[in-house]
Amino acid sequence: MRTPISYFLLVSALLFTIGTVGVLVRRNALVIFMSVELQLNAVNLSLVAFARQQGNLTGQVLAFFSMVVAAAEVVVGLAIIVSLYRKARSADVDDARLLRG
Amino acid sequence: MLWSAVPPPGPIEDSGGFPWLTLVTFAPLAGAAIAAVFPSRLLKLHRVWALVVTLATFGLSLGMLAVYHGEGGFQLVERAVWVKALNFNYILGVDGISLFMVLLTTFLMPAAVLVSWRIEQQAKYYMVAFLILESAMIGSFVALDLLLFFLFFEALLFPMYLIIGGWGSERRVYAAVKFFLFTMAGSAFLLVSILFLYFRAGSDLGHTTFDFTQLQHLVLPVDTARWLFLGFFVAFAVKVPLFPLHTWLPDAHTEAPTAGSLILAAVLLKIGAYGLIRFNLGLFPEASQFFRTFVMVLAAIGIIYGAAVALIQTDVKRLVAYSSVSHLGFVVLGTFAFTLQGMSGGVLQMVNHGLSTGALFLLVGMLYDRTHTRDLGRMGGLGGTMPALAGVFLFVALSSVGLPGLNGFVGEFLVLLGTFIVSKPFAVAAVVAVVLAAIYLLWAYQRMMHGPVLNEEHRLLPDLSGREYAILVPIMAAILLVGVFPQPLLDRIEPAARQTTRCVIQTNQAAQPGQGVQLSSVCSEPPEGGVPIGDVARRP
Amino acid sequence: MKLAPLIPALPLAGAAVLLLTGKRRRGSAAGWLASLLVAVSFGVAMVVFIDLVSEPAAGRLTHVKSFDWVAVGTFKVAAQFRVDPLSIVMALTVTGVGALIHVYSIDYMHDDPRYTRFFGYMNLFIFFMLVLVLADNFLLLYLGWEGVGLCSYLLIGFWFERKTAADAAKKAFITTRIGDSAFLIGILFIWLKFHSLDFDAVFKGAQGLPGGTATIISLLLFAGAVGKSAQLPLHVWLPDAMEGPTPVSALIHAATMVTAGVYLVVRSHPIFEASGTALTIVAIVGIVTAIYAGFSAIGQDDIKRMLAYSTISQLGFMFFGAGMQAYAAAIFLLVAHAFFKALLFLGAGSVMHGLPNDETDLMKMGGLRRAMPITAYTWMIGWLAMAGIPPLSGFFAKDQVVAAASQAGRAGLWYAALFGAFLTALYETRATFLAFFGEPRYEGHPHDPPPRMRIVLVALAAGAAVAGVLGLSATTGLIPKFLTPVVGRTEEARAGQSELVLSIVSVAVAVAGIALAWFVYLSRRIDWQALRVRFGGAKRTLQRGFYVNDFYSGAVVGPAKLGSAFVAYVIDKRIVDGAANGIGRLFATTAGVGRRIQTGFVRNYALAFLLGAVGILLYLAVRF
Repeated sequence: MRTPISYFLLVSALLFTIGTVGVLVRRNALVIFMSVELQLNAVNLSLVAFARQQGNLTGQVLAFFSMVVAAAEVVVGLAIIVSLYRKARSADVDDARLLRG
Repeated sequence: MLWSAVPPPGPIEDSGGFPWLTLVTFAPLAGAAIAAVFPSRLLKLHRVWALVVTLATFGLSLGMLAVYHGEGGFQLVERAVWVKALNFNYILGVDGISLFMVLLTTFLMPAAVLVSWRIEQQAKYYMVAFLILESAMIGSFVALDLLLFFLFFEALLFPMYLIIGGWGSERRVYAAVKFFLFTMAGSAFLLVSILFLYFRAGSDLGHTTFDFTQLQHLVLPVDTARWLFLGFFVAFAVKVPLFPLHTWLPDAHTEAPTAGSLILAAVLLKIGAYGLIRFNLGLFPEASQFFRTFVMVLAAIGIIYGAAVALIQTDVKRLVAYSSVSHLGFVVLGTFAFTLQGMSGGVLQMVNHGLSTGALFLLVGMLYDRTHTRDLGRMGGLGGTMPALAGVFLFVALSSVGLPGLNGFVGEFLVLLGTFIVSKPFAVAAVVAVVLAAIYLLWAYQRMMHGPVLNEEHRLLPDLSGREYAILVPIMAAILLVGVFPQPLLDRIEPAARQTTRCVIQTNQAAQPGQGVQLSSVCSEPPEGGVPIGDVARRP
Repeated sequence: MKLAPLIPALPLAGAAVLLLTGKRRRGSAAGWLASLLVAVSFGVAMVVFIDLVSEPAAGRLTHVKSFDWVAVGTFKVAAQFRVDPLSIVMALTVTGVGALIHVYSIDYMHDDPRYTRFFGYMNLFIFFMLVLVLADNFLLLYLGWEGVGLCSYLLIGFWFERKTAADAAKKAFITTRIGDSAFLIGILFIWLKFHSLDFDAVFKGAQGLPGGTATIISLLLFAGAVGKSAQLPLHVWLPDAMEGPTPVSALIHAATMVTAGVYLVVRSHPIFEASGTALTIVAIVGIVTAIYAGFSAIGQDDIKRMLAYSTISQLGFMFFGAGMQAYAAAIFLLVAHAFFKALLFLGAGSVMHGLPNDETDLMKMGGLRRAMPITAYTWMIGWLAMAGIPPLSGFFAKDQVVAAASQAGRAGLWYAALFGAFLTALYETRATFLAFFGEPRYEGHPHDPPPRMRIVLVALAAGAAVAGVLGLSATTGLIPKFLTPVVGRTEEARAGQSELVLSIVSVAVAVAGIALAWFVYLSRRIDWQALRVRFGGAKRTLQRGFYVNDFYSGAVVGPAKLGSAFVAYVIDKRIVDGAANGIGRLFATTAGVGRRIQTGFVRNYALAFLLGAVGILLYLAVRF
C-alpha cells in the first residue's frame, strides 16, 4: 500500500508555510535565507511526490535543477549577506533599506 | 505661374562606391574613441586632437560638397542592411537641405573646440562629448531611415545634457534636466509615430520598413496622418523651439558653456526645423496643409513674442537666446508658407541663424571670459577698450538684424517674400519683428560697448586674441559671403525646396490662397495602386 | 558706362582698407586716401556723365550688371547698376560734395584718436549712398538705403563714450528702421504685383496698376522716405543726430543721405502717379513738415540743431515739389541744398572749431564776422542762397518748387509754401545775425580755420552761389532738360501767375523774412533778449519741436517697455514657463505619494509578493 500523495503534499505545504512565515517575520538575513531554502525544499518535495504518482522522472529531474539553482543561490546570497554584514556590522535586513523611495 | 516648369522628381543617386556620408558622420565618433584611450591628464593633447578631428571632418564634408551636384533628389545615398529579420536598414543620403546643415555643423565644430580651449576641468570628457555630439548631429541630418534618425536624434541628448550639466554656469543642473525632459517628452511622441508607420508599412506595403523614401508611398487615412503629423510635430516643435514649447531654451542657452550655446543654437535647433521640413512635410503633405495656418500662427507668435521678451532682458545671453526663438519662427514661417521662396529662404535662414547667432554666443562668451558678467547693467564703454571685439560684435549683430549685404537679409527677405505671397498679415507681423530685432540688439550693444566705462577694471581688458580671431574671422567671412553671393547656396537649396514644397502643394491646391498653382506632374512616383500619404485615401 | 560699378567700388575699397587696418595711423594718410578715392570716384562719375551726355536724350539709359544677387524660382534680383540722368546727377552730387567734405575733415578730425576709423566709415557711407542712387532695382536700392542708415548710426555715435551720442545713434537707426520696414513691405508688394523688382519692369507696369494698389504701394515707399528724410512724424531723430561730428552732419544729415527719400519718390514717380492721391499726401506731408520745422528752427539756440530743423524743412520743400510733380525742381533743390547746407554745416563746424569747447550755442556767439571773416562771408552766401535771394542757387530752386504749386492751380498749397519760404528766410537770418552780427558774446579768440578747410568753404560757397545756372528755368533749365528722359517733361504752367510774378512774390517773401529778423535781432529797436524771457513758454515749445519727441517717449517708448516687461515676466515666466514647471511639479507630487510604498523593508516586499501570489491564485480558483 503506497502512502497517499496527500500526505506528501500536506508536509510540503507545512514546510512551505513555515518558510513563508519565516521570511515574513524574521529579521536576521541568515534565518530568512534558511526559510527561503525551506520553501524551495517544500516545492522539491511536492515535485518528487508528483513524479512518483505520475510514474515518470520529469519531476525528479526538475527537483535536481531546483537544488542546483538553490546551491548557486546560496553562494551568491551568502556572499551578499557577508559583505552586507561587513559594511553594516549587522545581519538585520531592516538595517539595509537603501532602496527606500 | 510660380510653379511652371517643374522638373520630374529627383532621382535617388547612390554614392558610387565612396562612402562620403559614413565617413563624415562617423569620423568624429572614431576620433572620440581614440581620444578615450589617451590619459586624461594630457590636456593639450585632447584639445589639439579634438581640433584635428573636427577640422578633418570639415575637410571631409567639403569633399562631400564637391561631389554633390546641383540637381534635386537625394544624393550620395548609401544603403546597407542592418538587421535583416526586422527590416532595419542603414540608409544615408543628402539633398540640398541637409547638405548645408551638415556643412554648418562641421564648419562650426572647430570653432566650438577652439572656444573651449581654456577648459581645464575634465577636458578629455568634454572634448569626447563634443565629438560624439558632432557624429549624432551629422547623423541626424543624413539618416534616411527613420529608426536610424531616431537613434541619432536621441544620441544627441546625452552629450548635450552632460555638456550643459557638467560645464555650465550656476543653474546648470536645472537647465540640463529641463532640456532633457522637454526633448524626451517630445521624442516619446516621435517614437510612437515612427513605430506606427513601421507596422503600417508591414500591413500596407507587405513588409515592415523604416525607409523614409518607401514610407512616403504609404496610403493613410486622413485622420491617422494628421495624428501622426502631430506626433512628429511635437518632437520637432520642442527642438525648434516653437512657442509655447520654448522655455527650455533660454535656460539651456544661458547656463551652457559657450561652445554648448553655440552648438545648441547653431545646430540643435536646426534639427527641429530640419525634421519639420523633411519628415512632417515629406511624409504628411495633406496634414501639413491642414495644420499650416496653425503652425504659421505659432511661428508668427514666436517671432514677435521672442523679440518682445528679448527687449527687456538684462542678461545678454538670455537676450540672444530669445532672439533665437524669434529667428527660428522666421524659419518655420517661411517653411510653412509652402512657396518656393519661403522654403528656400527658410533653409537659408537656418544656415544664417547658425552663423549669426552662433557667433553672437561666441562673442558673449568671450566677453564673459573677460568681464565675468553677463549683466548688461555692469558693462559699458567696452567699445573703447576692445574696439575689435566691439566691431565684430556689431558686425554679427547687424547680420542678425538683417542688414542687407550680410547673410541674414537674404534669408529673411526670401522668407518674407514667400510668406507675403500667400498671406500679407503674417508677413507684416514678421516685419514688425525686424524692427524689434534692431531695437533689442542695438540696445544691448549700446549698453555693452557705448557710453562711459562703468567698471574701472574693464579699462585693462585685452582685445581679441589670435585664437579668437581664428574663431571669428571664418564665420565673419561666411556671413559676408552669404550676404553678397548667396546664389551658390540657393542653387543647391532650391531643387530640394522645390520638391518638398511641390509635394505639399499638389495634395491640396484649394488651400493655396491667391496662388493659382497649376501642377500637372506628380510629386513622387506612386507605387502601383497607391498614392502618396494622405492624398486620396479619405475614407467614405 | 562700363565704368559705372567703379564709382561705388572705389570708396568701398577705401573703407575696406581703412577699417581693416584699424588704428595704425600715419599722420593724415587715412584722410588723404579716403578723400582721394572719393575724388577719383567723382572723376569717374564725371567720365560716365560725359559719356551719357554724348548720347541722344532718348538713349541715355544703360544697365550695368555685375552679378546675380538673389535668384529663387521666378524671383530674380541682380547687382545691377543703372546709369541714367537722374542717377548720375545724384552720383555727381554725392561724390562732389562728399569729396569736399572729406577734405574738410582731414583737418577737422585731425586730433581724433579714431581718425582712421572715421574715414573708413565716411568712405563706407559714400559707397552705400552710391549704391542707393545707382541701383537698378528696389532690392539693391534697399541695400544702399539700409547701408547709409548703418553708416549714419556709426557716425552719429562716433563719439560713443558720450551717452547722448550713443542714444542719438540708436534712435536714428531705429526710427528710420520703422520707416524702412514699411518700405520693405512696399518692396514685397511691388514684387507681388509686377513679379519683378527692376525699375524698368515696375515702372512700365505701373501705368496699369489699379489706383488703390498704387496708393498702398506708394504710401509704403513714402513711409520709408519719411523715415530716412526725417519728415513728420518720424523726424525726431535728425535734431539728435547732430551729436555726430560736424562733417558727418554736413555730409549725411544735410547733403546726401536724408535726401534719399526725395530721390526714392522721384525715382518711383510712375507708381505715385498711378495712384494720384499719394502725390497729394506727399505734398501735404512735405509742406506741413516744412512749416513745422521752420517754426521749430526759429526756437533753436544750438546752431547745429537749428541747421537740423532747417534741413527738415528744406526736405519738406523737396517732397512738396515732388508731390506737385515738379520732380526736376525737387531734384534741383536737392542739388542746390546739398551745396548750401553742406556749406552752412561746415561753416558751423568752423565756428565750433574756432570757439573754445566746440561751442554750438548761438547765445555765446555774436559778432563773429570780424573774428572769422572767411567763415562769415561764405556762411552769408549760404544764408542768402537758402533764404532765396537771387541770383544764388537757392532762389531758383525754391522758387521753382513754390511756383509749381501755383502753376498746378493749387492756390492754398502755394500760400502755404510761401509761408514756409518766409519762415526759412526768418530762421536762417536769425541764426546768421545771432552768430555773426551784433555784439560779441563769445569767449576766447576765435579765428578762421586752417587753409584746407577754408578752401572747402570757398568751393562750396562758389557752388552754392552759381549752382543756379543749372536750372535757370523750370522748363528749359539744364537740370530739368537733362532729367526729362527720367521724370518726363516739366509741364508748362497750367494755371496761376506768370513766372515773373511768381519770382517777384518769392523774393518779396524772402526779403520780408530777412527784414523781420533784422527788425528783431539787429535793429536795436527791440530787446530780443527780453522777448526770450517774456515768451519763455512759446520759445520752449518751439525749441522742443512742439514736444513731439517728449510725446513719443511718454506715449510710445514707455508703454512699449512696460508691455515687453509684462510679456517677459508675467506671460513667459509665470504662465508659459510656469505651466511647464507646473507639469513637472505635478509629476513630482504624484511620485511623492507613490514612493511611500517603497519602504525599503525587504519583508514588506515579500509580504506584498505573497499577497499578490495569493490574489492571483484566488482569482484563478474563482475563475475556474
